[in-house]
Amino acid sequence: MRFEGTDSFVATEDLKVAVNAAVALERPLLIKGEPGTGKTVLAQEIAKALHKPLISWHVKSTTKAQQGLYEYDAVSRLRDSQLGDARVHDIANYIIRGKLWDAFAADSAPVLLIDEIDKADIEFPNDLLLELDRMEFFVYETRQTVKAKQRPIIVITSNNEKELPDAFLRRCFFHYIKFPDRETMQRIVDVHYPGISRLLLSEALTSFFELRELPGLKKRPSTSEFLDWLKLLLAEEIGPELLRERSAAKLIPPLHGALLKNEQDVHLFERIAFMARRG
Amino acid sequence: MFLAFFLALRAAGVKASLREFLTLQEAMLQGLAGFDVEHFYYLARAALVKDERFLDKFDAVFAEHFKGVLQPRPEAPDEVAPIELPRDWLEKLAERLLSDEEKAQIEALGGFEKLMETLRQRLEAQQGRHQGGNKWIGTAGTSPFGAHGYNPEGVRIGQQGSRHKSAVKVWDKREFRNLAGDAELGTRNMKIALRRLRRFAREGAAEELDLAGTIRSTARNAGYLDLQMVPERHNAVKLLLLLDIGGSMDEHVHLCEQLFTAASSEFKHLKHLYFHNCPYEMLWKDARMRAADAIPTLDVLHTYDHTWKLVFVGDAAMSPYELISPGGAVSSWNQETGKTWLTRILHAYPKAVWINPVPENLWQHTQTTRLIAELMERRMYGLTLEGLDQAMRSLMQ
Repeated sequence: MRFEGTDSFVATEDLKVAVNAAVALERPLLIKGEPGTGKTVLAQEIAKALHKPLISWHVKSTTKAQQGLYEYDAVSRLRDSQLGDARVHDIANYIIRGKLWDAFAADSAPVLLIDEIDKADIEFPNDLLLELDRMEFFVYETRQTVKAKQRPIIVITSNNEKELPDAFLRRCFFHYIKFPDRETMQRIVDVHYPGISRLLLSEALTSFFELRELPGLKKRPSTSEFLDWLKLLLAEEIGPELLRERSAAKLIPPLHGALLKNEQDVHLFERIAFMARRG
Repeated sequence: MFLAFFLALRAAGVKASLREFLTLQEAMLQGLAGFDVEHFYYLARAALVKDERFLDKFDAVFAEHFKGVLQPRPEAPDEVAPIELPRDWLEKLAERLLSDEEKAQIEALGGFEKLMETLRQRLEAQQGRHQGGNKWIGTAGTSPFGAHGYNPEGVRIGQQGSRHKSAVKVWDKREFRNLAGDAELGTRNMKIALRRLRRFAREGAAEELDLAGTIRSTARNAGYLDLQMVPERHNAVKLLLLLDIGGSMDEHVHLCEQLFTAASSEFKHLKHLYFHNCPYEMLWKDARMRAADAIPTLDVLHTYDHTWKLVFVGDAAMSPYELISPGGAVSSWNQETGKTWLTRILHAYPKAVWINPVPENLWQHTQTTRLIAELMERRMYGLTLEGLDQAMRSLMQ
């Protein structure tokens, strides 16, 4: 059972090695990288490639580690007790399973995605250390220990907004998705838009990488933005000639709003374009 | 197996633990690396490095340890001339150059503005010679700065094309160099770093529902609702920010602005005052430093007690007289030396740090920087993410 990428996801060699190591040794895989390089998509693709169900846990700033295990719904138990519901005598009726419990209880080991772990409180990863290490936890209300039937494949993504604790990092494999080079990008586009004209793609790639390498950009456009831009180009039926024209006289690529999301960046770009036209 | 490599990594500052090393061994035993050195490199990287800032160090150690596999590729000659010269672009370009150790020599050229001008002229001259270049952002060759002997390898902008790929081993490409350490400093990054300086406390009026307390007292009250309120939780850290302004600080003004923006939204109790080069008997409430905005330093010391934490932001670079002799100040006549005033201020605020926007490796070249660092008992930190982080830790101790 090896991960080799899928027909809708281009995996580089180093990514494959990291994924396979994490799968084989049953350790969580921590994924970082520029926004829009496919961190979240990776978990979906691993699930698809290995034919496993995917359980996603999207972390927010208010998410608590406990919510991933289970929650005790005291309020509905209180209400039921006042209505005289028979359910009230069994506390297990009010234990709500979290994503981690779901993953542990699944019959075939699923892929568990813990998305954007850095969004939560600084202590969040520490609170999950034992659970991810031993793959078991204890439910106080019902005095039961939940143990994983099979160790799920855990993929964790982070955008680096907070530093993760060392103890947590030591237990993971780590992969940094670097921005794809031109060749990889071409393969990625081929996967998404199989029939795209070679000429258009080549011109678009040139424009895109030139734009990215422009020093002083506040936010550099990412893979997903490039794909959106290509989609727009296709929809508007803009030909490669128009893109090439840019290098001669008009420097701003058409529909640049899909690539530049920052006012200052657009401004900087326009000024450079203006100077080039004069030169 | 590879113990020497592991030790070399640790010696280079990559914080790999024994546990991670054992993980790598386990993976090797399972045959995950195959017999491919490249796969081994990927595997070792995934197992041992947990922070992208260390990826470059890892590459360097790997290359050093397993060298003999391939010689590093010589720098490709740069052929395309740049044409446009917008200021942001130039600044970025210059920044990349100036952060190097050559910075010390800039003084000889007459400061940043002069250098920008020189750079501009050089690039313009370059444009004339390379009229045929059709790339509007080119890679500047050795010529723009070769004349001054700044960077013998030339300014390299952007990345090398993938055409070189086949010739170089992955780790020799050092693709993660940009991620090493403290490259990009945005307001957001700074906020995260400043967030280390938090001490939550409940102070002031009780205006938030204390749920746990309400439940407890309701239970004690035999089920009759008994609402409990608590004051809102907020950051109780008090920060006194003293900013150096004008003169040699001009080139750092953008960075300092960002720091200030980040700080002002992070701290509820923040007081900022300005000084020029070195604090003396007066401080200013406004960056324009008009007489009307001046307040005596002693008043400041008396107004804000020792629970305030003090942060200086300045390059600590001045003429030694400004620090050690009376009347040495550039703006006014000072009865007592800058050193006396600094000591006095530091005495009032035991928790103090100095944040210096000048790259750390240049500090030793300036006499006053060394002196002030000594006065600060080495609590001087660079205006980088790492530096901020250390500074905040030091303040929290």
